[in-house]
Amino acid sequence: MKGNEAFAEAAIRAGCDAYFGYPITPQSEVMEYLAAQQPHLRTGMVLLQAESEVAAINMVYGAAGTGKRVMTSSSSPGISLKQEGISYLAGSQLPCLILNVMRGGPGLGTIQPSQSDYFQATKGGGHGDYRMIVLAPASVQEMADFVKLGFELAFKYRNPVMMLSDGIIGQMMEKVELFEQQPRMTKFDQSWATTGKTPDRERNIITSLDLDPARHEVHNRNLQAKYQKMRENEIRFEAIDCDDADYLFVAYGSCARISQKSVKLARAKGIRAGLIRPVTLFPFPEPVLAQMAKKLKGILAVELSSGQMIEDVRLAVEGNVKVALHNRMGGMVPSPEEVFDALIKSFSI
Amino acid sequence: MKFMEGNIIKPEEIISPENLVYTKTSLMTDKPLSFCPGCGHGVAHRVIMEVIDEMGIQADTIGVAPVGCSVLAYEFMNIDMQQASHGRAPAVATGIKRCWPGKYVFTYQGDGDLAAIGTAETIHACNRGENFAIFFINNGIYGMTGGQMAPTTLPGMRSSTTPYGRDVALMGNPLKITELVAMLPGTYSVSRHSVHTPLAVRKFKKAARLAFENQKLNKGVTFIEVVSNCNSGWKMTPNEANKWMEQNMFPFFPPGDIKVNGELVSKPSKTS
Repeated sequence: MKGNEAFAEAAIRAGCDAYFGYPITPQSEVMEYLAAQQPHLRTGMVLLQAESEVAAINMVYGAAGTGKRVMTSSSSPGISLKQEGISYLAGSQLPCLILNVMRGGPGLGTIQPSQSDYFQATKGGGHGDYRMIVLAPASVQEMADFVKLGFELAFKYRNPVMMLSDGIIGQMMEKVELFEQQPRMTKFDQSWATTGKTPDRERNIITSLDLDPARHEVHNRNLQAKYQKMRENEIRFEAIDCDDADYLFVAYGSCARISQKSVKLARAKGIRAGLIRPVTLFPFPEPVLAQMAKKLKGILAVELSSGQMIEDVRLAVEGNVKVALHNRMGGMVPSPEEVFDALIKSFSI
Repeated sequence: MKFMEGNIIKPEEIISPENLVYTKTSLMTDKPLSFCPGCGHGVAHRVIMEVIDEMGIQADTIGVAPVGCSVLAYEFMNIDMQQASHGRAPAVATGIKRCWPGKYVFTYQGDGDLAAIGTAETIHACNRGENFAIFFINNGIYGMTGGQMAPTTLPGMRSSTTPYGRDVALMGNPLKITELVAMLPGTYSVSRHSVHTPLAVRKFKKAARLAFENQKLNKGVTFIEVVSNCNSGWKMTPNEANKWMEQNMFPFFPPGDIKVNGELVSKPSKTS
């Protein structure tokens, strides 16, 4: 199964209520797979192809405001178009799941894989101070599993959750074990949702607007407190061969898969290398890197970008260890050998 | 008789349920309207809330407020509402209605919102035949932002960005989006009204009721334009603005039915 197809199948199985999207390479298989599955017959899930990414994210906003499980997917240029809507979703505290199957930029760029939307995803891509939990799948299995996890986290925090994938993970085929069909939410917390005002409660308003600056500051502080809770509770990462490591690769998504082989190449030559794979990019696994920093001789960040994640690595280690970058851009992908060579050269091993 | 007998009628005797001819609907909140005196928004708000009240569908109705003067509609309408980003109300309403097909959903949008930045969402929601109502308040200007040229600003009309009047050769033509959406197969009922006279208000109310009744039929969008004034933006007194509206807006945006029960009306009938 392709990564994109696994994501789509997992959406139906996770009991997703509605998907709104617009075609863009390299993630069009998501909507194509859903359409072929006729999810309205399988589970009653709504599937609608919108007139634009802008419309799609606003359909997500409206549907999420009804308290249901809603999602969309796109790729880099389309995700840029969705940023205003994502900012509104965050400001209005609406849960939803957004998949970005990254391709190279800037502009129309290329349809080949890239990881150049890291800043956009993790630092709040739209206007205003906001964050969302960002999950980085590194396999087709995780393209499926993170749908369920993503919805859980979105509703736990009433916040958008993004899955930050790339053209490799979306397009590649792997074996996948799918979880059982979950019921669509029939009973869920509707206390905040727009379901129609009944006499027993005040009217529910979904809005990100407050013209009173004092009240709006309180709202902003509440949002930041929520993001702090995410930092405290939701860090996820994978550590491979780290216990005795002198050198560390830090890489996520497809680059983590490549770097995993580079670890083996290094170990075969007697170099004690390990890999930290951030699974959540926000919150970033800073504590583990901070803890390991002083014992290490060097960290190599491996990215398909000009070097975006490396900034979070540097912040985490606070200058306690040298951090170098190996990167490819524009749709090019490094081989495990190339990454291994970069480690040797960067630290004069 | 009491008068004949020389008694004075006390106010408590007049204020009694059997003498009550009109009352404010409970679906309007007690918050004082923030609209300029003389503006049509307040009347349009009240009429829509009266219809929802009279139909008894408050518990099944969700409104969508956009950006512009109507951005604070949820402060005055005592129903569940969602605030949409600029122009996207029809997309937000699509998301709501697709998830709650049994509920009543409406958007309440101005001309800049609906006919400029949100043109794509307006046309595609109408073309898909979404089963919700669109209330389109057209005052020919961006009211809240301070009176800039809107897609519906008339040729020669002054605004803060057309201080010498709209020059069509330079700035393009005003857009008759209501006639445009009437051409689409997804619209079931399309009409144009105003709220500046008691007669016009009664006609608008009848149309507003239809906008909710139609949703039971699942036959597509009910689109109601309300040609309104913006006396602040137009820099006129309320009375002058209403006269100007009749003399200048109505010839270009004639009130009347444009599409009835899915059929185009050949010539818009005069209703005011």
